[in-house]
Amino acid sequence: MKSSAPLIFAFIVGIIVLLSEFIPHSPFNEIVSTLEGWFMIISGFAILLGQISLIRMNTHKIVHKLDNWQYHLAGLISFGLMLALGLLWGMQETPGILGDATGIQAWLGQKPFDYLFENAYLPLSATLFSLLAFFIASAAYRAFIIRGLESNLLMITAIIVIIGRTSIGTMLTGWLPESLHFWHFPNLADFIMEFPNTAAQRAILISAGLGIVGSSLRIILGIERSYLGGDK
Amino acid sequence: MISIMNTFGVWLAAFFTLCIFSFLYQDNPFYKFAEQVFVGLSAAYWLVYIIYSIMVPNLFAKLAADFSGNIILLIPAALGLMMLMRIHPKTQWISRYPIAIMVGTTAGISMLRYMKSDILQQLTATMINPFAADTTPEVIGNLLMIIGTICGVYFFYFSKKQEGVSKAVSKVGIWFLMVSFGATFGYTVMARISLLIGRLDFLLGDWLHLIK
Repeated sequence: MKSSAPLIFAFIVGIIVLLSEFIPHSPFNEIVSTLEGWFMIISGFAILLGQISLIRMNTHKIVHKLDNWQYHLAGLISFGLMLALGLLWGMQETPGILGDATGIQAWLGQKPFDYLFENAYLPLSATLFSLLAFFIASAAYRAFIIRGLESNLLMITAIIVIIGRTSIGTMLTGWLPESLHFWHFPNLADFIMEFPNTAAQRAILISAGLGIVGSSLRIILGIERSYLGGDK
Repeated sequence: MISIMNTFGVWLAAFFTLCIFSFLYQDNPFYKFAEQVFVGLSAAYWLVYIIYSIMVPNLFAKLAADFSGNIILLIPAALGLMMLMRIHPKTQWISRYPIAIMVGTTAGISMLRYMKSDILQQLTATMINPFAADTTPEVIGNLLMIIGTICGVYFFYFSKKQEGVSKAVSKVGIWFLMVSFGATFGYTVMARISLLIGRLDFLLGDWLHLIK
């Protein structure tokens, strides 16, 4: 019962959503919009579950003084601080429990949550992702260079796109005559993006779409039940 | 006072930026500290965002404004609380019900949405007359598009062993996929370099005032 009842629920809601597409009349429209609203609320709780799990994991490491516990304490403090500021005084136009923090805004120039977001979260996020520039370049060089036709195709395309999309591309091949206009780097990059790239993206979309349709059908019919987890 | 806090904000941002960049030398306590602070801030940011953009307008505000009129919202609220039961091993099974409803709804919606947008629309867009274009490169491009799409889709057909002619078709599909991955890779590198330039611009401009 513990595992068969959820499968029946999944079947019923899945079938209702499918039927609503073919019977776009009352009560199916209302049922589907209600289900979509419920979905949003439940997904909000699911995100809360993720955050609780993060807190539990960090607390466990701190309490048992596992390796690098001090850094996890810093993470937990920053989490608590950001959460408290957001809940107490809100974010952007949204007021918090204690209102709009007009006094603090006069002092900080903005809400405390937004101040922390702009001066800590954004720089950290941008720098972390910019750091990947170095690692992507070195990893790609080691992984792909002179390993065969496919890997060279990947690197050559990447180089053409990078050169073609920056001013260096215009500078390098800007002197080409009109008859060789196609080989001008920006035009070559445009061609790659418009045709071969679109073709491959379409192949991926169609194939993934077919896979999703198959998986959805398996879930609705109760064949795929791994999402229920172990039988505890 | 705002000016002092602005300056403090710039120094805070510069500190975190340098902490992350210190990883280029090697893993160190500053990087580990900044990494965990980022995890904490990121988790809290998304939680606050979800609370204000989803939970408050769709649940709490409606219940507070008209409880009896929106009493049906107690069902998703109860399902949400059931979802939280996953935390404890003994009550974990209760979370299967909200998960089943979410998965069932997603399956129904995805099946229809992907059937329309990712399968039918893409197939329709590929069924073109390649020779109807104005210029030779466009005709070649259209032919490449049709061949690439067919061969690419064939590459993902894993139900039968690919050998002989089908292996050759699949191989052509791989070439097109590699070109696409190369283009995506190129864009990713450019986006990351752009972020790097942004951070260097911040350090040398806003923080050190060496450039304007």
